Amino acid sequence: MIALIEYGAGNTASVSNALNSLGYDHLITNREDEIIKADKIIFPGVGEASSAMRRLHMNNLFNLLRIVKKPLLGICLGMQLLCERSLEGDVACLGIFPTESEKFDSTKTKVPHMGWNEIEIKKESLLFSGIENGEYFYFAHSFYLPINNYTTSSAVQDVEFTASMQKDNFYGVQFHPEKSGEVGMRLLKNFVELC
Amino acid sequence: MVSKRIVPCLDVKDGRVVKGTNFVNLRDAGSAVELSERYYKEGADELVFLDITASEEKRKTLLDLVVEVAKVIRIPFTVGGGISELDDIEALLRAGADKVSLNTSIVYNPELITDAANQFGSQAVVAAIDIKKLDSGYGVFVKGGKEKTDLDGLEWCKRVVELGAGEILLTSMDRDGTKEGYDVEFLKELTSQVSIPVIASGGAGTKEHFLEAFAQADVDACLAASLFHYQELEIVKLKEYLSENNIKVRL
Repeated sequence: MIALIEYGAGNTASVSNALNSLGYDHLITNREDEIIKADKIIFPGVGEASSAMRRLHMNNLFNLLRIVKKPLLGICLGMQLLCERSLEGDVACLGIFPTESEKFDSTKTKVPHMGWNEIEIKKESLLFSGIENGEYFYFAHSFYLPINNYTTSSAVQDVEFTASMQKDNFYGVQFHPEKSGEVGMRLLKNFVELC
Repeated sequence: MVSKRIVPCLDVKDGRVVKGTNFVNLRDAGSAVELSERYYKEGADELVFLDITASEEKRKTLLDLVVEVAKVIRIPFTVGGGISELDDIEALLRAGADKVSLNTSIVYNPELITDAANQFGSQAVVAAIDIKKLDSGYGVFVKGGKEKTDLDGLEWCKRVVELGAGEILLTSMDRDGTKEGYDVEFLKELTSQVSIPVIASGGAGTKEHFLEAFAQADVDACLAASLFHYQELEIVKLKEYLSENNIKVRL
Protein backbone atom coordinates (compact mmCIF):
# COMPACT_ATOMS: atom_id res chain seq x y z
CA MET A 1 0.00 0.00 0.00
CA ILE A 2 1.16 3.52 -0.82
CA ALA A 3 0.48 6.35 1.62
CA LEU A 4 -0.07 9.73 -0.04
CA ILE A 5 0.32 12.28 2.71
CA GLU A 6 -2.48 14.84 3.00
CA TYR A 7 -1.54 17.74 5.28
CA GLY A 8 -3.30 20.62 3.57
CA ALA A 9 -0.32 21.80 1.53
CA GLY A 10 -0.05 19.32 -1.27
CA ASN A 11 -1.67 18.68 -4.60
CA THR A 12 -2.86 15.20 -3.61
CA ALA A 13 -5.61 15.06 -6.26
CA SER A 14 -3.14 15.09 -9.15
CA VAL A 15 -0.80 12.55 -7.59
CA SER A 16 -3.78 10.37 -6.71
CA ASN A 17 -5.07 10.54 -10.30
CA ALA A 18 -1.64 9.57 -11.58
CA LEU A 19 -1.44 6.59 -9.20
CA ASN A 20 -4.95 5.51 -10.19
CA SER A 21 -4.10 5.54 -13.87
CA LEU A 22 -1.07 3.36 -13.12
CA GLY A 23 -3.36 1.01 -11.19
CA TYR A 24 -1.75 1.48 -7.76
CA ASP A 25 -3.85 1.26 -4.61
CA HIS A 26 -3.13 4.11 -2.25
CA LEU A 27 -4.43 5.89 0.82
CA ILE A 28 -4.68 9.65 1.09
CA THR A 29 -3.94 10.11 4.75
CA ASN A 30 -2.48 12.15 7.62
CA ARG A 31 -2.71 9.26 10.09
CA GLU A 32 0.50 8.10 11.71
CA ASP A 33 -0.54 4.45 11.90
CA GLU A 34 -1.41 4.34 8.21
CA ILE A 35 1.76 6.09 7.12
CA ILE A 36 4.04 3.90 9.25
CA LYS A 37 2.44 0.72 7.83
CA ALA A 38 2.69 1.79 4.20
CA ASP A 39 5.22 0.18 1.83
CA LYS A 40 5.85 3.47 0.03
CA ILE A 41 5.23 7.06 1.07
CA ILE A 42 4.62 10.02 -1.24
CA PHE A 43 5.03 13.47 0.26
CA PRO A 44 3.70 16.17 -2.08
CA GLY A 45 3.91 19.88 -1.46
CA VAL A 46 2.88 23.15 -3.05
CA GLY A 47 2.70 26.67 -1.72
CA GLU A 48 4.83 28.47 0.80
CA ALA A 49 7.42 26.61 2.94
CA SER A 50 6.79 28.06 6.42
CA SER A 51 3.03 27.58 6.25
CA ALA A 52 3.52 24.05 4.90
CA MET A 53 5.86 23.27 7.85
CA ARG A 54 3.24 24.66 10.21
CA ARG A 55 0.69 22.30 8.71
CA LEU A 56 3.07 19.37 9.10
CA HIS A 57 3.43 20.20 12.80
CA MET A 58 -0.33 20.65 13.19
CA ASN A 59 -0.79 17.15 11.77
CA ASN A 60 1.88 15.74 14.13
CA LEU A 61 3.88 14.45 11.20
CA PHE A 62 7.23 16.16 11.84
CA ASN A 63 8.88 13.43 13.92
CA LEU A 64 7.29 10.60 11.99
CA LEU A 65 8.66 11.76 8.64
CA ARG A 66 12.16 12.08 10.09
CA ILE A 67 12.27 8.45 11.20
CA VAL A 68 10.37 6.51 8.55
CA LYS A 69 12.41 3.70 7.00
CA LYS A 70 10.24 2.99 3.97
CA PRO A 71 10.99 4.64 0.62
CA LEU A 72 9.64 8.19 0.67
CA LEU A 73 9.30 10.45 -2.38
CA GLY A 74 9.12 14.19 -1.74
CA ILE A 75 7.66 16.15 -4.67
CA CYS A 76 8.41 19.86 -5.33
CA LEU A 77 8.01 21.66 -1.99
CA GLY A 78 7.87 18.18 -0.44
CA MET A 79 11.51 17.71 -1.47
CA GLN A 80 12.53 21.13 -0.16
CA LEU A 81 10.92 20.38 3.20
CA LEU A 82 13.23 17.36 3.56
CA CYS A 83 16.18 19.77 3.93
CA GLU A 84 17.61 21.65 6.91
CA ARG A 85 16.03 25.01 6.28
CA SER A 86 14.12 27.04 3.76
CA LEU A 87 14.81 30.68 3.03
CA GLU A 88 11.12 30.90 2.14
CA GLY A 89 9.65 32.11 5.42
CA ASP A 90 13.06 31.32 7.02
CA VAL A 91 11.89 28.09 8.57
CA ALA A 92 13.52 24.94 9.99
CA CYS A 93 12.54 21.91 7.93
CA LEU A 94 12.85 18.13 8.41
CA GLY A 95 16.67 18.07 8.36
CA ILE A 96 17.20 14.91 6.34
CA PHE A 97 19.31 16.47 3.57
CA PRO A 98 22.05 18.83 4.81
CA THR A 99 21.20 21.73 2.49
CA GLU A 100 19.01 24.81 2.36
CA SER A 101 16.70 26.22 -0.28
CA GLU A 102 17.48 29.53 -1.97
CA LYS A 103 15.50 31.88 -4.16
CA PHE A 104 15.99 32.38 -7.89
CA ASP A 105 17.30 35.87 -8.68
CA SER A 106 14.45 37.71 -10.42
CA THR A 107 16.88 40.30 -11.81
CA LYS A 108 18.51 37.50 -13.82
CA THR A 109 15.68 35.14 -14.69
CA LYS A 110 11.89 34.80 -14.67
CA VAL A 111 10.56 33.79 -11.28
CA PRO A 112 8.71 31.44 -10.72
CA HIS A 113 10.66 28.97 -12.83
CA MET A 114 7.60 27.59 -14.57
CA GLY A 115 7.41 25.14 -17.42
CA TRP A 116 9.18 22.19 -18.98
CA ASN A 117 12.92 21.89 -18.48
CA GLU A 118 15.47 19.22 -19.34
CA ILE A 119 17.22 17.30 -16.62
CA GLU A 120 20.80 16.09 -16.64
CA ILE A 121 21.20 12.81 -14.81
CA LYS A 122 24.26 13.05 -12.55
CA LYS A 123 24.12 9.76 -10.69
CA GLU A 124 22.52 6.45 -11.46
CA SER A 125 19.23 6.03 -9.68
CA LEU A 126 16.47 3.44 -9.89
CA LEU A 127 14.11 6.39 -10.14
CA PHE A 128 15.47 7.10 -13.66
CA SER A 129 15.37 3.53 -14.89
CA GLY A 130 14.39 3.67 -18.59
CA ILE A 131 14.44 7.47 -18.57
CA GLU A 132 16.95 9.15 -20.83
CA ASN A 133 19.24 12.03 -20.02
CA GLY A 134 17.76 15.30 -21.29
CA GLU A 135 14.11 14.36 -20.82
CA TYR A 136 11.74 17.23 -20.07
CA PHE A 137 9.86 17.47 -16.77
CA TYR A 138 7.40 20.09 -15.55
CA PHE A 139 8.63 22.54 -12.90
CA ALA A 140 6.79 25.30 -10.98
CA HIS A 141 8.82 26.87 -8.16
CA SER A 142 10.48 30.08 -6.97
CA PHE A 143 12.98 28.50 -4.54
CA TYR A 144 15.54 25.86 -5.42
CA LEU A 145 18.11 23.57 -3.82
CA PRO A 146 21.73 24.07 -4.85
CA ILE A 147 23.71 21.12 -6.19
CA ASN A 148 24.88 18.99 -3.25
CA ASN A 149 26.39 15.56 -2.49
CA TYR A 150 23.01 13.89 -2.78
CA THR A 151 21.96 15.44 -6.13
CA THR A 152 21.07 12.75 -8.67
CA SER A 153 19.96 15.08 -11.49
CA SER A 154 20.06 18.79 -12.21
CA ALA A 155 18.41 21.42 -14.37
CA VAL A 156 19.49 24.91 -15.39
CA GLN A 157 17.56 28.16 -15.09
CA ASP A 158 20.10 30.96 -14.66
CA VAL A 159 21.83 28.68 -12.10
CA GLU A 160 22.24 24.91 -12.12
CA PHE A 161 20.09 23.45 -9.35
CA THR A 162 19.00 20.10 -7.91
CA ALA A 163 16.22 18.48 -9.95
CA SER A 164 16.31 15.30 -7.88
CA MET A 165 18.23 13.89 -4.94
CA GLN A 166 18.49 10.74 -2.90
CA LYS A 167 19.76 9.70 0.54
CA ASP A 168 19.06 6.27 2.06
CA ASN A 169 15.30 5.73 1.77
CA PHE A 170 14.58 9.39 0.99
CA TYR A 171 14.01 10.49 -2.61
CA GLY A 172 13.13 13.98 -3.75
CA VAL A 173 12.16 15.54 -7.08
CA GLN A 174 11.81 19.27 -7.68
CA PHE A 175 9.62 18.74 -10.74
CA HIS A 176 6.09 17.35 -10.77
CA PRO A 177 6.17 13.79 -12.17
CA GLU A 178 2.36 13.68 -11.94
CA LYS A 179 2.25 16.61 -14.40
CA SER A 180 5.13 15.54 -16.65
CA GLY A 181 3.31 13.39 -19.17
CA GLU A 182 4.37 9.82 -19.90
CA VAL A 183 7.96 10.27 -18.69
CA GLY A 184 6.65 11.47 -15.32
CA MET A 185 4.41 8.45 -15.10
CA ARG A 186 7.43 6.24 -15.77
CA LEU A 187 9.26 7.87 -12.86
CA LEU A 188 6.33 7.29 -10.49
CA LYS A 189 6.17 3.68 -11.67
CA ASN A 190 9.90 3.30 -10.99
CA PHE A 191 9.47 4.66 -7.47
CA VAL A 192 6.62 2.27 -6.68
CA GLU A 193 8.11 -0.82 -8.30
CA LEU A 194 11.88 -0.47 -8.03
CA CYS A 195 12.80 1.77 -5.09
CA MET B 1 16.79 26.57 -19.71
CA VAL B 2 13.07 26.21 -19.51
CA SER B 3 11.38 25.63 -22.87
CA LYS B 4 8.70 27.76 -24.52
CA ARG B 5 5.17 26.49 -24.02
CA ILE B 6 2.27 25.93 -26.42
CA VAL B 7 -1.03 26.31 -24.59
CA PRO B 8 -4.39 25.44 -26.15
CA CYS B 9 -7.19 27.39 -24.52
CA LEU B 10 -10.69 26.01 -24.08
CA ASP B 11 -13.54 28.46 -23.53
CA VAL B 12 -16.12 26.32 -21.79
CA LYS B 13 -19.85 26.75 -21.42
CA ASP B 14 -21.78 24.01 -19.62
CA GLY B 15 -18.99 21.50 -20.25
CA ARG B 16 -18.80 22.20 -24.00
CA VAL B 17 -16.01 24.09 -25.72
CA VAL B 18 -17.12 27.23 -27.52
CA LYS B 19 -15.25 29.86 -29.46
CA GLY B 20 -16.20 33.27 -30.76
CA THR B 21 -14.63 36.25 -32.43
CA ASN B 22 -13.82 39.40 -30.49
CA PHE B 23 -15.46 37.83 -27.43
CA VAL B 24 -18.84 37.26 -29.19
CA ASN B 25 -20.50 34.90 -31.78
CA LEU B 26 -20.01 31.60 -29.97
CA ARG B 27 -19.91 28.29 -31.81
CA ASP B 28 -19.57 24.74 -30.44
CA ALA B 29 -16.22 22.95 -30.70
CA GLY B 30 -16.83 19.71 -28.79
CA SER B 31 -16.59 18.15 -25.33
CA ALA B 32 -14.07 19.80 -23.03
CA VAL B 33 -12.82 16.53 -21.56
CA GLU B 34 -12.38 14.86 -24.96
CA LEU B 35 -10.60 17.85 -26.41
CA SER B 36 -8.28 17.99 -23.38
CA GLU B 37 -7.28 14.40 -23.88
CA ARG B 38 -6.60 15.01 -27.56
CA TYR B 39 -4.36 17.99 -26.79
CA TYR B 40 -2.48 16.06 -24.13
CA LYS B 41 -1.75 13.28 -26.62
CA GLU B 42 -0.75 15.77 -29.34
CA GLY B 43 1.95 17.33 -27.16
CA ALA B 44 0.37 20.43 -25.64
CA ASP B 45 2.53 21.72 -22.78
CA GLU B 46 -0.35 22.92 -20.68
CA LEU B 47 -4.04 23.79 -21.00
CA VAL B 48 -6.19 26.75 -19.99
CA PHE B 49 -9.94 26.52 -19.34
CA LEU B 50 -12.00 29.68 -19.23
CA ASP B 51 -15.50 29.04 -17.98
CA ILE B 52 -18.08 31.35 -19.46
CA THR B 53 -21.13 29.63 -18.00
CA ALA B 54 -23.41 32.32 -16.66
CA SER B 55 -25.88 30.20 -14.69
CA GLU B 56 -26.01 29.86 -10.92
CA GLU B 57 -24.75 26.29 -11.33
CA LYS B 58 -21.45 27.72 -12.52
CA ARG B 59 -19.32 26.78 -9.53
CA LYS B 60 -20.42 23.19 -9.58
CA THR B 61 -20.05 22.74 -13.34
CA LEU B 62 -16.52 24.18 -13.25
CA LEU B 63 -15.54 21.95 -10.36
CA ASP B 64 -16.97 18.87 -12.10
CA LEU B 65 -15.02 19.76 -15.20
CA VAL B 66 -11.75 20.08 -13.26
CA VAL B 67 -12.28 16.68 -11.65
CA GLU B 68 -12.93 15.01 -15.01
CA VAL B 69 -10.07 16.76 -16.82
CA ALA B 70 -7.59 15.95 -14.05
CA LYS B 71 -8.35 12.27 -14.49
CA VAL B 72 -7.36 12.17 -18.15
CA ILE B 73 -4.40 14.51 -18.61
CA ARG B 74 -0.90 14.46 -17.09
CA ILE B 75 0.08 18.03 -17.89
CA PRO B 76 -0.66 21.16 -15.86
CA PHE B 77 -3.82 23.16 -16.40
CA THR B 78 -5.24 26.52 -15.39
CA VAL B 79 -8.90 27.33 -14.80
CA GLY B 80 -10.54 30.73 -14.83
CA GLY B 81 -13.81 32.52 -15.29
CA GLY B 82 -15.63 34.37 -12.57
CA ILE B 83 -13.45 33.24 -9.67
CA SER B 84 -13.59 35.76 -6.83
CA GLU B 85 -13.25 33.91 -3.51
CA LEU B 86 -10.32 32.18 -1.80
CA ASP B 87 -12.62 29.25 -1.01
CA ASP B 88 -13.36 28.78 -4.72
CA ILE B 89 -9.64 28.84 -5.52
CA GLU B 90 -8.96 26.25 -2.85
CA ALA B 91 -11.75 23.99 -4.13
CA LEU B 92 -10.46 24.18 -7.72
CA LEU B 93 -6.86 23.46 -6.75
CA ARG B 94 -7.91 20.59 -4.51
CA ALA B 95 -9.97 19.16 -7.35
CA GLY B 96 -6.79 18.90 -9.44
CA ALA B 97 -6.25 22.26 -11.17
CA ASP B 98 -2.68 23.58 -10.97
CA LYS B 99 -3.41 27.27 -11.31
CA VAL B 100 -6.35 29.63 -11.32
CA SER B 101 -6.59 32.66 -13.55
CA LEU B 102 -8.14 35.75 -12.03
CA ASN B 103 -9.40 38.64 -14.12
CA THR B 104 -12.34 40.85 -13.13
CA SER B 105 -12.13 39.99 -9.42
CA ILE B 106 -8.55 41.25 -9.02
CA VAL B 107 -9.33 44.58 -10.64
CA TYR B 108 -11.95 45.24 -7.95
CA ASN B 109 -10.05 43.43 -5.18
CA PRO B 110 -6.30 43.44 -5.91
CA GLU B 111 -5.55 41.98 -2.47
CA LEU B 112 -7.02 38.70 -3.69
CA ILE B 113 -3.78 38.14 -5.62
CA THR B 114 -1.68 38.53 -2.49
CA ASP B 115 -3.98 36.43 -0.34
CA ALA B 116 -4.11 33.65 -2.91
CA ALA B 117 -0.33 33.73 -3.45
CA ASN B 118 0.31 33.55 0.29
CA GLN B 119 -2.04 30.66 0.73
CA PHE B 120 -1.37 28.59 -2.40
CA GLY B 121 1.93 29.94 -3.74
CA SER B 122 2.56 32.39 -6.58
CA GLN B 123 2.90 29.52 -9.03
CA ALA B 124 -0.84 28.89 -8.67
CA VAL B 125 -1.95 32.45 -9.36
CA VAL B 126 -2.30 33.68 -12.94
CA ALA B 127 -3.36 37.29 -13.52
CA ALA B 128 -5.47 37.34 -16.69
CA ILE B 129 -5.49 40.78 -18.26
CA ASP B 130 -7.57 41.83 -21.27
CA ILE B 131 -6.26 44.91 -23.02
CA LYS B 132 -7.45 47.05 -25.90
CA LYS B 133 -5.70 49.82 -27.78
CA LEU B 134 -7.07 53.28 -26.99
CA ASP B 135 -6.35 56.64 -28.59
CA SER B 136 -3.41 56.85 -26.25
CA GLY B 137 -1.93 53.66 -24.78
CA TYR B 138 -3.78 50.50 -23.79
CA GLY B 139 -6.81 50.16 -21.54
CA VAL B 140 -7.75 47.23 -19.28
CA PHE B 141 -11.20 45.70 -19.78
CA VAL B 142 -13.11 43.35 -17.47
CA LYS B 143 -16.26 41.22 -17.44
CA GLY B 144 -15.32 39.35 -20.59
CA GLY B 145 -14.26 42.53 -22.33
CA LYS B 146 -17.59 44.26 -21.79
CA GLU B 147 -16.51 46.87 -19.27
CA LYS B 148 -13.72 49.41 -19.53
CA THR B 149 -11.70 50.27 -16.43
CA ASP B 150 -9.50 53.28 -15.70
CA LEU B 151 -6.41 51.10 -15.55
CA ASP B 152 -3.49 51.42 -17.95
CA GLY B 153 -2.47 48.08 -19.49
CA LEU B 154 1.23 48.15 -18.74
CA GLU B 155 0.84 49.71 -15.28
CA TRP B 156 -1.71 47.08 -14.23
CA CYS B 157 0.62 44.29 -15.42
CA LYS B 158 3.43 45.69 -13.29
CA ARG B 159 1.10 46.04 -10.32
CA VAL B 160 -0.06 42.39 -10.39
CA VAL B 161 3.59 41.32 -10.26
CA GLU B 162 4.12 43.41 -7.11
CA LEU B 163 0.99 41.90 -5.61
CA GLY B 164 2.36 38.38 -6.03
CA ALA B 165 0.98 36.94 -9.27
CA GLY B 166 3.09 34.08 -10.67
CA GLU B 167 2.23 34.59 -14.32
CA ILE B 168 0.44 37.02 -16.64
CA LEU B 169 -2.02 35.82 -19.27
CA LEU B 170 -2.20 38.80 -21.59
CA THR B 171 -5.05 38.89 -24.10
CA SER B 172 -5.24 41.50 -26.81
CA MET B 173 -8.93 42.11 -27.44
CA ASP B 174 -8.11 43.84 -30.73
CA ARG B 175 -6.45 40.67 -32.01
CA ASP B 176 -8.63 38.01 -30.37
CA GLY B 177 -10.22 35.81 -33.04
CA THR B 178 -8.76 37.82 -35.93
CA LYS B 179 -5.82 35.50 -36.80
CA GLU B 180 -3.71 38.56 -37.58
CA GLY B 181 -0.98 37.71 -35.08
CA TYR B 182 -0.26 38.48 -31.44
CA ASP B 183 0.23 42.06 -30.28
CA VAL B 184 4.00 41.73 -30.43
CA GLU B 185 4.57 45.42 -29.82
CA PHE B 186 2.82 45.44 -26.44
CA LEU B 187 4.16 42.02 -25.43
CA LYS B 188 7.72 43.09 -26.15
CA GLU B 189 7.36 46.09 -23.89
CA LEU B 190 5.71 43.92 -21.23
CA THR B 191 8.37 41.18 -21.09
CA SER B 192 11.10 43.83 -20.82
CA GLN B 193 9.39 45.27 -17.74
CA VAL B 194 8.17 42.29 -15.71
CA SER B 195 10.12 39.40 -14.18
CA ILE B 196 7.39 36.74 -14.19
CA PRO B 197 6.40 34.48 -17.10
CA VAL B 198 4.05 35.96 -19.73
CA ILE B 199 1.52 34.01 -21.80
CA ALA B 200 0.56 35.71 -25.07
CA SER B 201 -3.07 35.41 -26.13
CA GLY B 202 -5.24 36.74 -28.94
CA GLY B 203 -4.53 36.73 -32.64
CA ALA B 204 -2.68 33.50 -33.48
CA GLY B 205 -3.43 32.50 -37.05
CA THR B 206 -0.25 30.94 -38.44
CA LYS B 207 2.87 29.26 -37.11
CA GLU B 208 4.83 32.39 -37.98
CA HIS B 209 2.77 34.30 -35.42
CA PHE B 210 4.02 31.99 -32.66
CA LEU B 211 7.59 32.42 -33.83
CA GLU B 212 7.22 36.22 -33.79
CA ALA B 213 5.88 36.21 -30.24
CA PHE B 214 8.67 33.94 -28.96
CA ALA B 215 11.56 35.39 -30.97
CA GLN B 216 10.65 39.09 -30.95
CA ALA B 217 8.64 39.56 -27.75
CA ASP B 218 10.35 36.78 -25.75
CA VAL B 219 7.07 35.57 -24.23
CA ASP B 220 7.19 32.31 -22.25
CA ALA B 221 4.07 30.73 -23.69
CA CYS B 222 1.66 31.23 -26.56
CA LEU B 223 -2.01 30.50 -26.21
CA ALA B 224 -4.45 29.74 -29.01
CA ALA B 225 -7.93 28.31 -29.25
CA SER B 226 -9.80 27.91 -32.54
CA LEU B 227 -6.61 27.29 -34.49
CA PHE B 228 -6.15 24.05 -32.55
CA HIS B 229 -9.82 23.16 -32.03
CA TYR B 230 -10.53 22.97 -35.74
CA GLN B 231 -7.13 21.38 -36.50
CA GLU B 232 -6.00 24.22 -38.72
CA LEU B 233 -2.60 23.86 -37.10
CA GLU B 234 -1.22 20.68 -35.51
CA ILE B 235 0.66 21.15 -32.26
CA VAL B 236 3.47 18.78 -33.18
CA LYS B 237 4.05 20.45 -36.56
CA LEU B 238 4.03 23.86 -34.89
CA LYS B 239 6.63 22.71 -32.37
CA GLU B 240 8.82 21.21 -35.10
CA TYR B 241 8.67 24.48 -36.98
CA LEU B 242 9.61 26.46 -33.86
CA SER B 243 12.45 24.09 -33.09
CA GLU B 244 13.83 24.47 -36.65
CA ASN B 245 13.80 28.21 -36.01
CA ASN B 246 15.86 27.91 -32.83
CA ILE B 247 13.04 28.21 -30.32
CA LYS B 248 13.49 25.73 -27.50
CA VAL B 249 10.39 23.55 -27.22
CA ARG B 250 9.62 20.16 -25.71
CA LEU B 251 9.28 17.67 -28.57
